[in-house]
Amino acid sequence: MIQVQNISKAFKDVQVLTDINIDFFPGKVNFIIGRSGQGKSVLLKCMVGLLEPNAGSVLYDGVDFLNMNEDQHKAIRQEVGMLFQGAALFDSMTLEENVMFPLTMYSNLSFEEKLVRVNECLERVNLVGKNKLYPAELSGGMKKRTGIARAIIMNPKFLFVDEPNSGLDPETSIVIDNLIRSITYDLGSTTIVVSHDMNSVMEIGDNINFISGGKLEWKGDKHELLKSNNTALNNFVFASEFMQEIKENLKR
Amino acid sequence: MTGILGNFGRYFLLMRRVFSRAEKKKIYRPLITDEMIKIGVQSVGIVALLSFFMGAVVTLQTAANIESGWIPKWTVGYTTRQTMIYEFSSTIVALVLAGKVGSNIASEIGTMRISEQIDALDIMGVNSASYLILPKLIASTVMFPFLVLMAMSVGICSGALVGTMTKAVSLNDFIYGIQYDFDSYGIIYSLIKTIFFAFILSTIPAYHGYYASGGALEVGKSSTKGVVYSMVAVMVANYLLTQILLL
Repeated sequence: MIQVQNISKAFKDVQVLTDINIDFFPGKVNFIIGRSGQGKSVLLKCMVGLLEPNAGSVLYDGVDFLNMNEDQHKAIRQEVGMLFQGAALFDSMTLEENVMFPLTMYSNLSFEEKLVRVNECLERVNLVGKNKLYPAELSGGMKKRTGIARAIIMNPKFLFVDEPNSGLDPETSIVIDNLIRSITYDLGSTTIVVSHDMNSVMEIGDNINFISGGKLEWKGDKHELLKSNNTALNNFVFASEFMQEIKENLKR
Repeated sequence: MTGILGNFGRYFLLMRRVFSRAEKKKIYRPLITDEMIKIGVQSVGIVALLSFFMGAVVTLQTAANIESGWIPKWTVGYTTRQTMIYEFSSTIVALVLAGKVGSNIASEIGTMRISEQIDALDIMGVNSASYLILPKLIASTVMFPFLVLMAMSVGICSGALVGTMTKAVSLNDFIYGIQYDFDSYGIIYSLIKTIFFAFILSTIPAYHGYYASGGALEVGKSSTKGVVYSMVAVMVANYLLTQILLL
């Protein structure tokens, strides 16, 4: 479980996050949603340690991440997987080397043993036989799937996903969404997805946290989301005519 | 002023990270080998080419400027040797490598920064500064001295070749000149400078790449900054080292 407590973050005079409190539950797909520029990615970066918040704490299973010593940091890092918006694959490495990288850094397995594990992960993301391709040779969806394979190779307890469907077609987006959901349920990991894609939210979201103006504006599940009277949330969720139609149908 | 001091501070903090909490040795071995090929072996051609022409030009210019009959012809070989060993092989080669190797390091690390590859390393718990910069630093420190020794040899040989072909100096005079009053400390002095230059040429561009932000345009700017600042640092270090080692 990850608990974000009283997190605030400012860049010079610009207050980006104000007193955020959220609990993210294990075995669930936890979403952070909101319009662009509202602080979703900043919150995610504060949670994984890429940014230092001005105030507050982030608890990984009750232990404050921001006050961990170096060894504790290193240990918790091995339990964290992250899928970046652009996949962040290492250009100089093949797909196989990219996925194997965390094992190379942290395990004492032989190359053959690591390769077996890599192939298991590649099978899971449907990239069998693509081992020797370089990131430049992969499509956007394949890069994302490779990123997922790399993120799950250590069986992470905590899985972070930043805008998983940006730049992907609807069909590939569904593939990625389903992968995130099945991995979360299979591994029992605490999965946190930052997104503004409502299709994803409605498809796989278990817990949803809506951020607006750097504050936690609303939280609940997808059924509550459709019935909410929160104006800011409704403006965001039902921005498209399609979603408005869905709301009208629900009312009827 | 704050900007300059701030950059110095960040540079030294980055260097502290490079040397602290390094990863397992077996991780670095293949990286260092790759960097030795990229930084060292792939620079052999350009260094050899430049050294060849520089040795030839120094020989011809010296020969053309000796008009007095009182100055012996072997001075041509002597001057070529001194120029190649003391200054050209270390300093000029360092400036050339700043352009080739420095821009490559800055743009490679800068691209990794803006495409979140460095963030990915950090999240995996890898000391990204050490993982990315230390192999380049070690490879430069190992390979640059070999490049400098090669530059000395090629420059002096090309001087002998061009000098005799153009009849500017006889081979015997040239050989007498390059042996005259030879002090091996000149080579040691040059190699000591090279070690410092290797440190500068691998870490300053790496620093500018590591802290690149934005998009492709910023990577280009960080590459340019990396090359320019490392060239300036090489010239300043050259002056200081010359004063310390020769006077």
